Parts: sequence; structure tokens; C-alpha cells
Amino acid sequence: MIEAEDIPERREHRATLRRLLRHRLFVSGLFLFGIVAVVAALAPFITDVDPNRLSMRNKFLAPGGNWVFGTDGFGRSLWSRVVWGAQLSMIIGASVVALNAIFGTLIGAAAGYFRRLDTMLMRVNDALMAFPAILLAIAVTSVLGPSTLNVILALSIVYIPRTARIVRSSVIVLREMEYVQAAVAAGAGHWRILRHHILPNAMAPMIVQLSFLFAYAVLSEATLSFLGVGAVPPTPTWGNIMSEGRDFMREAPWIITIPGIALMVTVMGLNLLGDGLRDVLDPRLRIQQ
Amino acid sequence: MSLLEVQDLTTAFMTGRGEVNAVEDVSFSLNEGEILGIVGESGSGKSVTALSIMGLLPSPPARIAAGQVRFAGQTLTGLSERQMQPIRGPGIGMIFQEPMTSLNPVFSIGDQIMETIRAHERLPQAQLRARAVAMLDKVGIPAAARRLDDYPHQMSGGQRQRVMIAMALACRPRLLIADEPTTALDVTIQAQILDLLMDLRDEFGMAIIIITHNMGVIAETADRVLVMYAGRVIEEAPAARIFDHPRHPYTRGLLECVPSLTEDRARLVAIPGTLPEPARRPAGCRFAPRCAHAEPSCTQAVPALESLEPSHTAACFRARELSR
Amino acid sequence: MIRLATRSLLSAIPVLLIVSLISFGLMRLIPGDPAAAIAGISATPAQIAQLRQDLGLDEPLLFQLLQYYKGLFQGDFGRSLLLGKGVLAATAERLPVTIGLSLYAMIFTLIIGIGCGIIAALRQNSWVDQAAMMFAMIGISVPNFFLGLLMIILFAVKLGWLPSGGYIPFTENPWGWLQSTAMPAFSLALLQAGLLARITRSSMLEVLRQDYIRTARAKGLPGRVVIFKHALSNALIPIVTVVGIIVSLLLSGAVVTESLFSLPGMGLLLTQAVLNRDYPMVQGGLLLVTGFLVAVNIAVDMLYAVLDPRVRYD
Repeated sequence: MIEAEDIPERREHRATLRRLLRHRLFVSGLFLFGIVAVVAALAPFITDVDPNRLSMRNKFLAPGGNWVFGTDGFGRSLWSRVVWGAQLSMIIGASVVALNAIFGTLIGAAAGYFRRLDTMLMRVNDALMAFPAILLAIAVTSVLGPSTLNVILALSIVYIPRTARIVRSSVIVLREMEYVQAAVAAGAGHWRILRHHILPNAMAPMIVQLSFLFAYAVLSEATLSFLGVGAVPPTPTWGNIMSEGRDFMREAPWIITIPGIALMVTVMGLNLLGDGLRDVLDPRLRIQQ
Repeated sequence: MSLLEVQDLTTAFMTGRGEVNAVEDVSFSLNEGEILGIVGESGSGKSVTALSIMGLLPSPPARIAAGQVRFAGQTLTGLSERQMQPIRGPGIGMIFQEPMTSLNPVFSIGDQIMETIRAHERLPQAQLRARAVAMLDKVGIPAAARRLDDYPHQMSGGQRQRVMIAMALACRPRLLIADEPTTALDVTIQAQILDLLMDLRDEFGMAIIIITHNMGVIAETADRVLVMYAGRVIEEAPAARIFDHPRHPYTRGLLECVPSLTEDRARLVAIPGTLPEPARRPAGCRFAPRCAHAEPSCTQAVPALESLEPSHTAACFRARELSR
Repeated sequence: MIRLATRSLLSAIPVLLIVSLISFGLMRLIPGDPAAAIAGISATPAQIAQLRQDLGLDEPLLFQLLQYYKGLFQGDFGRSLLLGKGVLAATAERLPVTIGLSLYAMIFTLIIGIGCGIIAALRQNSWVDQAAMMFAMIGISVPNFFLGLLMIILFAVKLGWLPSGGYIPFTENPWGWLQSTAMPAFSLALLQAGLLARITRSSMLEVLRQDYIRTARAKGLPGRVVIFKHALSNALIPIVTVVGIIVSLLLSGAVVTESLFSLPGMGLLLTQAVLNRDYPMVQGGLLLVTGFLVAVNIAVDMLYAVLDPRVRYD
């Protein structure tokens, strides 16, 4: 019985995967994001200098030679800093995405499925979405204090309402579907209906949202640390590196451009990935965004 | 000389499986003031023929692959979009199947009628307005002056089709192409719209091409009929002849499909099977697979239009023997 | 129309209520003793106690909340510790700079975004379309502060065409304002322009397929009338709904842009307030900016009704 259900589903997954791998945007996005992700994962193995080791003799070295990406105003290896920065960006982005996947789904499903909770949850949701995103993130980090963990919390508070709203709207549509109504009539419990009938079908728009969210999270984290309210210097985040590079733009523009390009590649990779996923998984979403 | 002459018109569409002809070797002509009915199932190429004449097909994917269209002595095929503009409106007007979506929802109907006139004639605003009111009046919109500032969503389907007609006739075209003008309307409204078209023909004296899948509409309006099947003309005759003496088996089938008022459902059983897709047309006579009278030889070659009587042609190898 | 206005105003009330509650809650959520956190590490216990009293943090929470709302209704949004003046006065001084910058960026956004979107849609699948969409993709992927920095390096440092900082108020010297704010406005605009180009393109493609476009062509209207009157007026309707989102993104982005180019706007004010632990300013400023944004969204709803007669007459 279980197997009979399982096999066509798996075949469908494989078909989706094939369509994704044929999608030009998706593949180029996967490539760009893949580079960054691999570099981030291999950070301990591909850097030999501590990203925070000062070496005043070697400051402001241009990229090339022994120093692949050159050095900054304190003689720190920019290669080490940018690579470890990639790891931090990935950790923060993935954490925000994970928290969104959990709490966005919970809140969205609760609001969409239980009409009684809907008004209350969505009012709070709307209010949180009414704040300009970065301003709210700054205010929250300033309250919690600057640290990597707090950046993750702040960005989650900013973005979970947006994820919840997307989950809610698919749940509302699915709730009215005949097969769900049939399950209700057959006496299935709420939890079972949500888990087996509604949430699996609400996944597509959510996955699309999460890939864009990863991009926003990486971008916002860099913005917060650039403004000085993110992870505390000298933590090597791309935003911190660029912020420190501001004073030397004339003499050492690479301090800004290298992490900037890394950031851009990551965000663009994720955006392309999201576009591809949207085209393949959920063509209806094409007009929004 | 006739008003409109279509010669060997072939319109091709680029599709995923290469280029296919939606319309092939279509020829006919039309005199001033005449009403020509083009009849066929949806997908038979009748709308594509009309849009090819108007130059309204999106290109790419569509292109006129062969043949030509001459209107009032001028060759239309090959004209640029800009050169076509003065023809559309004062030369040929067109109305469409869906009055609900054919009007722009964000402009008032008065504005949409007046802009048509303005595009072709220089007139002061007051006169433009007067012309628009007069046109609405002619198509039977009550209290026309007051409805001028209404938006399409404030009108019923029948009224919108009347507005479409007013718009198409605002520049006094010599030819009106009506593409399934009544299909989307209620039965009672359909008759009203057809009556209106006939009255306006008498008043303005324009020629009309009426495109429909409904033989009843043809019976009400057309002087002459062109029957299309799978992109080709298969029979052409004066309307009376078609109803009395259809020569092509397909036309006969169509006539048996005419829904009667006494019976609940249309008797579509008359023609088994469905219209072949343009990319999968059978060899030889395209109707052969659905034809009760088909013989093996029917699939060997495409039958040409053959003159059976003066002004009556049909494209069937067995037309002569079958109608005996 | 009036019903619509009342409806959007009414729906804004619960949002504003919750927004104000969140703002109120923020300062009270500081882990540990908020007064000590605000006063800083070097403060003496007496100073901390004084501050606690000044901010009313020694009162019961419910009483603080009542005082807070009483203040809001009297136009008292708290006092900035850093500037020593009312939050409302400080906002009134700084918000116009941000609004000016956002409007300037909005103009770039609309021209670039709608322009690229239309051209891409009209030449769908051509190289022009692909180039425009590539540009849009870059637009939504370049962080605005990185773009700002690149522009400073190029136009101010290398070429010396534009000033890299220094704000000239519009009221003093309009031309100077246009020049000095050009780089910030452009770097702020690109993200939204990219988004808008993508939305405009898909909306335009959708509209160009509609029957009424064929009708307009069948009437013999010139191409520009078909595109700019018949197609664009319909394509703009869904675009208007994202204007609210764009304004929100602009205000968000302005925070960074203002810090980068040292423009004395609301964003710079709030960033400095955060960095100096001026929580009353953060709390009041956040509330005011968000209130402004809610008002913009109501205006956008009205604009929607103006553009779409189907909404206007319902």
C-alpha cells in the first residue's frame, strides 16, 4: 500500500529534478551558489592564515603572488577573511532559512487552517511586515546586542512573517480542495490532514520563497555588519570587511571590491536558483515577486 | 472589380515541431455590399484567414507564406504595420467573438469610439463626441449620450458587442469582418445582433465577412458561403445552394449538425472523429479519415476545388457521383 | 471611492496599534537592565538610576504603556537622549531628506524599471530582452552599498565628476541637490528598478496577449497609442500594487545609503541612535517611519482605484 503510493511520487520527483537540470537559469544559479557554498565548507582546508592574524609589515598588499586577494589595512589576508566570511554568510543564511521553514510553516499553516487563529496571527504578521525590513532588523539587533546569533534572530523576526503569509495563502486554497474536504468528512484529524494532505502540496511556493529568502538573508546580514550593527569586528564577515575598507578606497579598492563581488555572486546565484525553481515548481508565481 | 480578393493565401505558424500551415491555398473574392459567410469547426483556419487579411497575426510566430490579399485595388500582403493602419478602420473594420474581453476595461466606451475616429480623421472634440453618440444610437444603445462615459464592465455582453460594432463602423469601413460575432452571446441576443448587422449593411452598404461555426447564422445572413476544413476551402457556393445542394460530404455533415429548436442537443453524431491538428494532417483529402464515403484513392492526393456548376465549387473526388 | 478610503484607513488602525506595541516593547526587551544598557558601561549606579527614572522604566509596565499611548496622542514620541530634543522634532528635521532621496530614487526606479520592462516585453526573447533581464538580475543582486562604493570609487575618486559626500539641501540649491544626491539615489534605485523591470515585463506580456490589444490594432490606431495607452494603462495596474513594496524597500535601503554618503536623513539618524544606544529615538523613529509607510500604502490603494475603473465603481 505504502509502496504503491511511494513509487509514482518518486518518479515525479525525478521528473522535476530532470526539468530543473535542463533549466538554464537554475543550472547557472546552482553553479554560482555552488562555488560559494563549496568554498565556505572548505574554509579550514583552503586557508592557511588565520583571518584575524595581524601583520603590519604586509599591509595594503595588492592581490596576486603569495596573497591571492591581497591584504587589508592591518595586513590580514583578505583571502582568509573572504573565505571565512563566506562560511559565516552561509551559516547565517542557512539558519535564517531553517528558522523560516519551521516557524513560517507553523504560523502560516495555523493561520490558514484554523480560521479562528487567522485574524489574530495575520494582524501581528501585517504589523511586522509594515516595518521597513532593514530598520526593524537594526532595531532588533540593537536591542539584543550585536552578535552572529542575534543577527540570525533579527533577520528571522523580519522575514518569518513574509514566509508565513505565503504558506498561509497556499494552505487556504488547499483547505478548500475536494480531497481535503473528503479527508475531513472521513474523520481524519487536523494534524493528519495538515501533514498528509495540505503541507506537502504547499511546499512548492515555500521552497521558491526560501531560496529568495536565502539571498535576502545574506544581503541583509552584509548590510547590518556594514552598518556596524552585525557581528562584531574583527569577525570576518563580508559587510565588516567592506566597512573597514571604506577608509582606504583610494589606496586599496580591492578590500571593497573582492568581498563585494563575492556577495554579488552569492546573491545572484540564489536569485537565479529561485527563478529556476519558480519556473519549474510553480509557474503561477511568475507574475508576483 | 471586386472589393476584396484573396489569392492562394497560405499562413504558416512556427511551432515547436517546425512550421505548419494553419491556412493553405485559400482563394475567394468579395463584392461591394456582399455578405460572405465562412464556416467551419474551430481550428479550421477561418479566424486565421480573417486575421491574415487584417495583418493582425503576431509575427513571429505567424507569417504569410504565400499568396496575396488585395483590397480595393491595393495589395495588403507585404504592407508594414504602419502602412496597414490607415486601412484598418476606414477600409476594413473588425469585430470579435468575445465582447467581454475585446474592449479595454480602463477606458470609457466613448473614449474608445472617439479614439478610433481621431486616428483617421481630424475633427474637433465636439464633433467627435457627436459622431460617437450617433454611432451608439445606430447600434441601438438607449440613451447613448449618457452611456458614452460608461466603462465596459458596466454593460452587458450584448451591449458590449453593440459597442464593438459601433467602434468598427465609426469610420464607415467598406468591409466589416465579424469573427464569430454572436458565439459568446445568449440565443435571444444573437438574433438581435445579427438583425442589427443586416440593418447596418442596408444603411451603410458595406460588405461583410461573417465567420462562424454555426450554419444557422449563415442561413440568417450570408449571400455566399465558404466552407473550410483543416485550413483549406472545401466548398464555395451561394448560400441557398449550400443549404439545398451541399456537394461536399463535410458540408452535408455540418448541415446535419445544425441544432434544432425542437431537439435538446445538437446532433453532432453526423461527423465522427475530430478535426486533425495542423501538424498531424492526413495525406490526401484531409477529411477522408472522417468521411463515410472515403475510398482508398482519397488518401492519394489533395482534391482541388472543382467547379461543379456556375459559382459552385467543391474539393471532393467523389462530389459528382455522390450528389447524383 | 469613499468606501474604499474608509476601508483602508480602518484596516490601518490595528496594524498601527500593533506596530506601536512592538515599538514600545523593543526597549523593554533589552536583556538585563535596560537603563544600565542605555547608560553604557562607564555609568555610575546613580546615573543609571536617574536615567531609569527619566525614562519611566521604574514604573509598573502597564502604567508605562498608558503613559506611552497618552504621549502618542499628544504628539509626544519621546525624547532623543543623543540630540536632547523631541523624537518628533528630530524626525521632522530629518525625514524630508530621506523622502527627497527616496523620491529621487523612485524616479530612477520608475524610468529604468518600467522602461526596461516595456522594451523587454516588446522584444520578447530577442537579445534586447535578454540584456534587459540580465541587467535586472544584476540590479536585484548587487547590494546597494556595494554599488554605492563602486560609484564613489569610479565617479568621485577616479574621475572626480561627482562629490562623494556632503549634502546640499534642495531648498538651498536645487541643482546642487540634484548633483550631490545623484549617486546615492541611483545606487539606492537599482534594486527596485530590477524588481520593477521584471514585474513590468511579465505584466506587459500578459496584457499584450489580451483581446482588447487586438481590437485597438484592428481599429487602425498607431503603434504608440496601442502600446502606451492601451497596453501600458492596463499593465500599470498590477505595477501600482508593488509601489507600496518599493517605497518600503527604498526606506530600508535609504538607511544604508544615507550612512554611506553621509546624508543627514532618517536612516543616518536611526543608525547613529542605534550605535549610541539612544533607544527612545530608535523606538519613536521606528514608529514614525512605519506610520509614514502605512500612510503611503493607503495612498497607493487610492491610486489603484484611480487607475482601475472596475475598482472605482464597486
